[in-house]
Amino acid sequence: MPAKAAFFDVDGTLVRTNIVHVYAYYATNRGSLRGIAGRTLGTALGLPVFGILDAVNRKAFNEFFYRYYSGLSEDRLVTIAEDMFEDVLKPALYEQTQDLIDEARRAGCRIVLVTGALDFTMRPLARHLGCDDVIANKMQFVGGKATGKVIPPIIEGANKANAIRAYCEREGLALNQCHGYSDSASDYAMLAVVGRPTAVNPDLRLRSLARAYNWPILDLK
Amino acid sequence: MRPLKTLQKLYDEESQVVITEKGSPPRALFYGEGFLQEDLPVGTRVIFPRPPLEGVPNVKAAIRWAINHPEGMDPLHALLRPGMRLTCVIDDISVPLPPMVTPDVRQSILEVVLELCADSGVDDVHLVIANALHRRMTEGEMKRMVGEKIFDAYYPDRYYNHDAEDPDGMTELERTSHNEVVAVNRRVAESDLIVYVNINFVPMNGGHKSMGTGVTNYASLRHHHNPKTIRESDSYMEPKASALYTKNSRIGTVIDNTLKVFHIETTLNNRMFGAPTDFLAKKEEDYTEADRLKFQALRFTLSKLPRAAARKVLNAIPAPYDVTGVFAGATEPTHAKTLEQSWKQYVVPVEGQSDIVIFPIPFVSPYSVNSILNPLLVQVMGLGYFYNLNRGVPLVKKGGVLILLHPAYDEFDPVQHPSYIEFFHRLLPETRDSMKLEHKYEKEFAENPSYVHLYRKGNAYHGVHPFYMWYWGENGRQHVGKVIVAGAENNHVPALLGWDRTDTLSEAIEEARGFMGRSASISLLRIAPTVMVDVK
Repeated sequence: MPAKAAFFDVDGTLVRTNIVHVYAYYATNRGSLRGIAGRTLGTALGLPVFGILDAVNRKAFNEFFYRYYSGLSEDRLVTIAEDMFEDVLKPALYEQTQDLIDEARRAGCRIVLVTGALDFTMRPLARHLGCDDVIANKMQFVGGKATGKVIPPIIEGANKANAIRAYCEREGLALNQCHGYSDSASDYAMLAVVGRPTAVNPDLRLRSLARAYNWPILDLK
Repeated sequence: MRPLKTLQKLYDEESQVVITEKGSPPRALFYGEGFLQEDLPVGTRVIFPRPPLEGVPNVKAAIRWAINHPEGMDPLHALLRPGMRLTCVIDDISVPLPPMVTPDVRQSILEVVLELCADSGVDDVHLVIANALHRRMTEGEMKRMVGEKIFDAYYPDRYYNHDAEDPDGMTELERTSHNEVVAVNRRVAESDLIVYVNINFVPMNGGHKSMGTGVTNYASLRHHHNPKTIRESDSYMEPKASALYTKNSRIGTVIDNTLKVFHIETTLNNRMFGAPTDFLAKKEEDYTEADRLKFQALRFTLSKLPRAAARKVLNAIPAPYDVTGVFAGATEPTHAKTLEQSWKQYVVPVEGQSDIVIFPIPFVSPYSVNSILNPLLVQVMGLGYFYNLNRGVPLVKKGGVLILLHPAYDEFDPVQHPSYIEFFHRLLPETRDSMKLEHKYEKEFAENPSYVHLYRKGNAYHGVHPFYMWYWGENGRQHVGKVIVAGAENNHVPALLGWDRTDTLSEAIEEARGFMGRSASISLLRIAPTVMVDVK
């Protein structure tokens, strides 16, 4: 069993999209034709708001955003996730993403995705990249229907770091030997908790943090 | 009266050594991206490089003659068969320093070899840069090295950098008698014939090092790129005194027994500076008034420019080296000829060691072409390369003082030297002990996927490279009693490297004399161009 893992954030780190794109895909691919039209319009109008909300407070954004899944069946969500992967995520993968994952694997790391997205949306991606595990938010289902609530704690910010620490304890991994990859300063806690952090396509704040702490900076193409 | 011949010999041998007298001119000394002008204490021995040897009159003719009259092998044309698989392995941008004016001699060699290949029906030809764990050369650098015509015909599919981390790109040959891994680039290993295109800048280059180091990987390199081997090497430049050379030879012999390698080695002269800066190669005693003016103008301009701009200016001046010899054939006999020629150009005999030795550090090193001479590279220039520019007896006495002239700024290039930053700021505060660093951290850096990625896809030195740079200084560190960096602009860089600092060279000399005694002897190696000492 590998004694270390590489934890990868997804949005902006491995793929060019962010969570807003995923939401938009779901919003435009559910229910009746009229429903689609209405939601597409609503989503289009709402996207800037979501974008701002995402930038200001990721936790609030996630909570707000997941309410839109309410009432959808689990089967439906999983099916859409497969399509969403093919239509949205796969074309948005950076060309060098697979290389980076493979290099971490060759270095003896277990590959784990850590993301604020919902777990079912990430599974096709994890399968495609050959990941071992996914740490992601889990939707609450009652009677096979999504409630729109996420089982706490919501994976974001400092909770990503907690989830990684818990994962390492559970799996017997040496946290200080583990690698972390993210593009956003909002994942500072996640990067700080592992022994080997790397900034990938970092935003301005993370780039300056990475320089201050001498973390490697990768610019994936 | 002495016969004229003897007098001539005496003059030739001693003219490169000048003892400073009252009234001697101040010296023009490299100091990173700038220059210092310093008066040295009376009695200081200044060792100058030899004047450039005469170049061969026609480089291409010399190449053709060498490949038609090789050492210990059939002529190249006799080794070529239609339909064969041939790979040219080429030395990377780490030599020569600074890069030479175009056409680079590698281009001249390739033009001859590739034409011969085409005439012989050899079409399956690849050009692989022997960058080992050095950074990948950029597209522009690759084009400059081989010329537009070859670049356009071969890049990117058949002209590329060696990738030591390509999981499918390496193959292991039989191990050496000492169980050392011999890993070689797969394309190279699967070729019917390999033509190694070398530029020999110092005697350490070429020979078995070409293949054994240039197209291998970390698993193989770690057998000799380690502190123990370095400690066992009295000089990197003298094969007989170098454990590094012995181990490289062992690995190279396995390669030679398995693969067919035709070496083409070239030596360059000392003509490092072209017309506008040629005064830098002169003794100050020989400066004309125009030289003095040019020096002052250069010094003033560089001192006023931002450092990055000064760096750009200096990196943009290529060196008009002449080719002094082309040798071809089997590894050892070819390299023996190269070494002979190399020593002829570089070696200056000197009488005895000195208590204090001064090394002015210029702006460029083999690992900072088009980049920054960061603190670890300053260290490797002083304690690694300059200290070892001898044939087994260092210029400085055991326990003596080395004075380096450099601003020792805390600047790193995150594109080329990302793992250096972590090494310098995380590991050196913990320990400077090479053995401990090797044992505790080397593998971690070598296998860090982020550094592997930056090496493979960016233009970064391999994650393990800063360790090698640190080990490279091991000999010097073990030998000297103190290192002082004169003109260091901060305290923390010298402190992390374990050095003292002073503002000026005079203060450094005072401190060194305080350490070694008032009558301590002083030598200054006025490098560059390249000069090696033969201490009697």
